Amino acid sequence: MDIVTLARIQFAMTTVFHYFFVPFSIGTGLVVAIMETLYVTKKDEFYKKMAKFWGNIFLLSFAVGVVTGLIQEFQFGMNWSEYSRFMGDIFGAPLAVEALLAFFLESTFLGLWMFTWDKVSPKLHVVFMWLVFVGSMMSAFWILVANSFMQHPVGYTINNGRAEMNDFVALVTNPKVMYEFSHVIAGAITLGGIAVAGMAAFRLLKKDSLTELSRTVYQKSLRVGLWVGLVGSVAVLAAGDFQMKAMLETQPMKFAAAEGLYEDSEDPAAWTLVAWMNEKEKERVFGIEVPYVLSILSYHELSGSVDGMNTINERLIEEYGERNYFPPVNALFWNFRVMAGFGMLMLMVSIVGLFFTRKKKPILYEKPWMLWIVALTTFAPFLANTAGWLLTELGRYPWTAYGLFTIEESVSPNVSATSLLISNISYFTLFTILGSVMVYLVIRTLKKGPDVLEAAEHEEPTIDPFAGGAFNE
Amino acid sequence: MSNLQLFWYILIGVLFAGFFFLEGFDFGVGMSVKTLAHNEKEEDQLIETIGPVWDGNEVWLVTAGGAMFASFPYWYASLFSGYYLILLLVLVGLIIRGVSFEFRHHMPADKRWIWGWTLSIGSLIVPFCFGLLFTSLVQGMPINANGDLSATFTDYVNPLSIVGGVALTLLSYLHGLNYISLKTTGPIRTRARNYAQALYGVAYVGLAAFAILLYFNTDFFEVRLTSTVIFLALMIILTVVANLALFKGKETTAFLASGLTLVSLVALLFTGLFPRLIISSISPEYDLLIENASSSPYTLKIMSFVAIGLLPFVLGYTIWSYYIFRKRIKHTNVAGY
Repeated sequence: MDIVTLARIQFAMTTVFHYFFVPFSIGTGLVVAIMETLYVTKKDEFYKKMAKFWGNIFLLSFAVGVVTGLIQEFQFGMNWSEYSRFMGDIFGAPLAVEALLAFFLESTFLGLWMFTWDKVSPKLHVVFMWLVFVGSMMSAFWILVANSFMQHPVGYTINNGRAEMNDFVALVTNPKVMYEFSHVIAGAITLGGIAVAGMAAFRLLKKDSLTELSRTVYQKSLRVGLWVGLVGSVAVLAAGDFQMKAMLETQPMKFAAAEGLYEDSEDPAAWTLVAWMNEKEKERVFGIEVPYVLSILSYHELSGSVDGMNTINERLIEEYGERNYFPPVNALFWNFRVMAGFGMLMLMVSIVGLFFTRKKKPILYEKPWMLWIVALTTFAPFLANTAGWLLTELGRYPWTAYGLFTIEESVSPNVSATSLLISNISYFTLFTILGSVMVYLVIRTLKKGPDVLEAAEHEEPTIDPFAGGAFNE
Repeated sequence: MSNLQLFWYILIGVLFAGFFFLEGFDFGVGMSVKTLAHNEKEEDQLIETIGPVWDGNEVWLVTAGGAMFASFPYWYASLFSGYYLILLLVLVGLIIRGVSFEFRHHMPADKRWIWGWTLSIGSLIVPFCFGLLFTSLVQGMPINANGDLSATFTDYVNPLSIVGGVALTLLSYLHGLNYISLKTTGPIRTRARNYAQALYGVAYVGLAAFAILLYFNTDFFEVRLTSTVIFLALMIILTVVANLALFKGKETTAFLASGLTLVSLVALLFTGLFPRLIISSISPEYDLLIENASSSPYTLKIMSFVAIGLLPFVLGYTIWSYYIFRKRIKHTNVAGY
């Protein structure tokens, strides 16, 4: 295989694996912070147990997220040195800001949070968790500033054979940033909520083996999770709608491919529910269409046509020269549908789940088939988040920075296919091990349940860290 | 060379120095888990000494990498693509080590030993590879006009770079032992001191070998005689100070001295390299210089504001966190992690 393909495989593999854990820890981090806040405001030890229990799963996910994130920072230089040379003046800045602003904050306060239970006042302790959450949000923001530039370059000039920043404010206020940020954060929050609710549902299915405490923890967690999932998935939908319209303007090819449109649509435009495209012949093999819907999605109106890929291709050739501009159409089309489909599913499960667990008549807990639906939904947000990123990144083809620099030009010329193969195999092996251990340990933690954890705790008196000398004997 | 370029070169040096000072003892403690501890309870005690802080310490490296990317993209691109397999090993080390803490904590009792080993091995790989990287880099590497580094095995692995790798690993290990005797009570504290006392003998031999090989394999003594001699002398003096302080039971002094030894090493390498970033062994005109490898003045200016504005906060809460965790981890009361 050639080095471009190997480097692309590596980028896909490492980012997809990394991104299972990023939204998982942002989302569960929020859930844990909410639970601990409930403990502080209601002064009910029960919520503390809940927060600590889910905190364990959050910490596992955070650990894998951190180490797989290291690869990302290194691989731009390792695999994409030409890209780094061309883009470093702009692209490096948000990464450095991310480290300074977010990573230090996250890791320092996470350390404080983990090791000061019962040693500082509960009010201060919960602040640590919120700071970790703020840190992870800021981290997401700055990395998306970088990604937004790749999707839609702004605030630069081409100088000295590279892209140079000439407007930092423009870089940060790139309209893409707000769309991506709100979509990504809402997606992470949804994931946290749904995953917590789903994992709780798995345990509630074995209700005979649960203690009174465990059952209550799982029931409460299920509801907290569904509330978070509901808020998150409504926000995802709204943010996604904005993002779609921005995509139509700035990356029409990605939009048309996500809709499987080779020819310009009719006016009003019909939306394709399912379809398969023959990418070689550039034609649709079959498709089921729903009239009007694409016009509504694109323009919020009952009329308006959308350009097809063939038209856009000609425009791009005119603007940027002869080259293949067709992204992998079926992949974009189906990733979009997986993302949107599971998004809708999560929204529905949240609403229906909350209704059937309401205080008056919580019948969901008694009906295994209902619990199964919530339980299986655990996997939906992971698939939806991944599909969303595949759509975004595959749809960037053939560019690394849209209109400025191509994937072919970006790869390191001095790295051999052998080296790339070695690193691909190493990462694949590591990810298989990390992924399996992670799943094993999450299941183990869930099976142990909140009461076992509590029994293992040791008591220490509360100490005020602001009072000098309190920690020294 | 502009002031901003100089500022960023120094800042990257400072970030690496901070990384080796802080993460240096984390590596040392990590290696100690399988070499110093006699049982699982002692392993727990060791891990608890760095549990709350190691992740923050690692961010110094992430920040150094990010700062390099932002301020010297050509350096970042040439170095990272040129040191491909060594940096892959660094990543593997950091990954298996980084997950060890959580994985070990949650594993069933009979499988915990696996993640004790990954912690130790990962903590050994990373300083060795960084030592290898920096001490081979200062000898000059084959980079062409485009800055592409295509080297052969002996460019990376040669007497100086092996001694460099071993030296950085050993200094980190000693730094870790000093940290352990500062942060623990009980048998492990005494044992850490005894180990360190014995190993300081090896360290003197290592430093002497390092100085000699540096003389023969780099141009440091020609282009930067004064600073090279000063920092080499500092490394030796600080090692003696640490050794003596340990002997007298002054654990804080020993710890600070071993940390500053690592800082002096970074200073030695960064001053010797100056004003070059990568010395081309093909032709001096291909040298990657501070002057021609940096980002635009605009980007450097923006990033300077960001760094100067944020670093005080980072340092503030980092110090506060160390203050919170200043207590020794008692062997009678190990919570473990």
